Amino acid sequence: MAFEIVVVGTSYGGLAALQVVLPALAPDFGLPVVVVQHRGKDTDNLCEFLQRHCALPLAEPNDKEAIAPGRVYLAPRDYHLLIERDGFALSTEAPVGYARPSVNVLFESAADIYQGHVVGVILTGANADGARGLAKIKAYGGLCVVEDPAGAESRGMPQAAIAATKVDAILPLREIAPFLNQLCQHEPGSSYAS
Amino acid sequence: MSAALQSDQTQLEDIEIALLLEGLYRVYGFDFRDYSPASIKRRILERMRAEKIATVSAYQDCVLHDDACMERLLVGLSVHVTSMFRDPSFYLTFRQKVVPILRTYPTVRIWHAGCSTGEEVYSMAILLQEEGLYRKCVIYATDISREVLRKAREGIFPLAAMQEYTGNYMKAGGKHEFSDYYTAHYDNVIFHPALKTNVVFSEHNLVTDGSFNEFHVILCRNVMIYFNKALQERVHNLIYDSLSMFGVFGLGNKESLKFTPRADFYDKLDSRDKLYRKVR
Repeated sequence: MAFEIVVVGTSYGGLAALQVVLPALAPDFGLPVVVVQHRGKDTDNLCEFLQRHCALPLAEPNDKEAIAPGRVYLAPRDYHLLIERDGFALSTEAPVGYARPSVNVLFESAADIYQGHVVGVILTGANADGARGLAKIKAYGGLCVVEDPAGAESRGMPQAAIAATKVDAILPLREIAPFLNQLCQHEPGSSYAS
Repeated sequence: MSAALQSDQTQLEDIEIALLLEGLYRVYGFDFRDYSPASIKRRILERMRAEKIATVSAYQDCVLHDDACMERLLVGLSVHVTSMFRDPSFYLTFRQKVVPILRTYPTVRIWHAGCSTGEEVYSMAILLQEEGLYRKCVIYATDISREVLRKAREGIFPLAAMQEYTGNYMKAGGKHEFSDYYTAHYDNVIFHPALKTNVVFSEHNLVTDGSFNEFHVILCRNVMIYFNKALQERVHNLIYDSLSMFGVFGLGNKESLKFTPRADFYDKLDSRDKLYRKVR
């Protein structure tokens, strides 16, 4: 199974977790990485902050921007971020489970488009967002990775995800990026068309 | 269900959605066919859950034969959940860079396209009032849904939101107490009717209706994000045609004029807050 996109969802504790995962991604990481971090409406500088911890270029996508491999995309504050056939789409629909951006919205739209070619990753968080989305990724034949709740800053989101679907890997935070690097290495130059 | 079946199911659903949108257009004249697919799909499935209907085809039957069911779908498809002074820096920049331009005009026509439930219309009315411009302005606030416009016209918002809105108002350069503009009543607040004396709320469909006036300012923020690229281009042309020369155009902060057919016809007033000025 060739993977084409990695989607990551996290909430409470996510900023610290992303500072562990993002710097450890290989500099030649071959897939796009799309991150929903639950964030308040006053978090304009999150992007600049995370870029300091990430060798790959990191940005908040504009509406309808094309999705490019080897880049990290961060869902902008106060919008849902969705995946479409020709790029990103943003939305100001109502928050889902009090969250906008919502992990479920991103994950479900990714599964709709990339079907079995999605890697879904759930990191620390105090709510249950992402569980439904991860189950959908799994139902389409994608790969599900969850941070080990035992070591997570907040275990709610990982536990909810594990309860919602049969996940493929439960890993300590530090092992997640190496795991993704390896997946990616086995799939050189994969693309949606293949 | 296996992954392969799951994928067939999705394909079937996409076909059903295309048929529903075609029917909605041919029966009622509302054209969602060029909307951005991911979000419209979510909203349709959400409405179906609320109506307790299992397949899009069964839902189509309901929508095409029952006006009330159609109106509920229309509301579901047209509500954007926004806030007063959303993106406060936009309003601050508007005060600093657009208000001085508007001062030079004897009268000002503003079109707020896709105003949804009106939060941002009242925000603009407050701003113009504080700048002493409101009396010479007319704000045309339009949306496709009658129900959404009814709410906008009421000017009633939940009290619980006022803390956030007050913060936004202050960051947007507000000059008074935000609470001066509304009266609280139980769990809601009603904004002072004086704020809407120069606001005309009206139905207008960006997809199927044409230009209806010439404006000095057009705000269309976070509306075109629901459209696919072809429809975005059409609406950019409509907006261009509806702006007077040197008129001001405001987009949402994750939207861009870049790559649109009219990109070269505007100068940037502010690149962060997506304010543009028509120059040719």
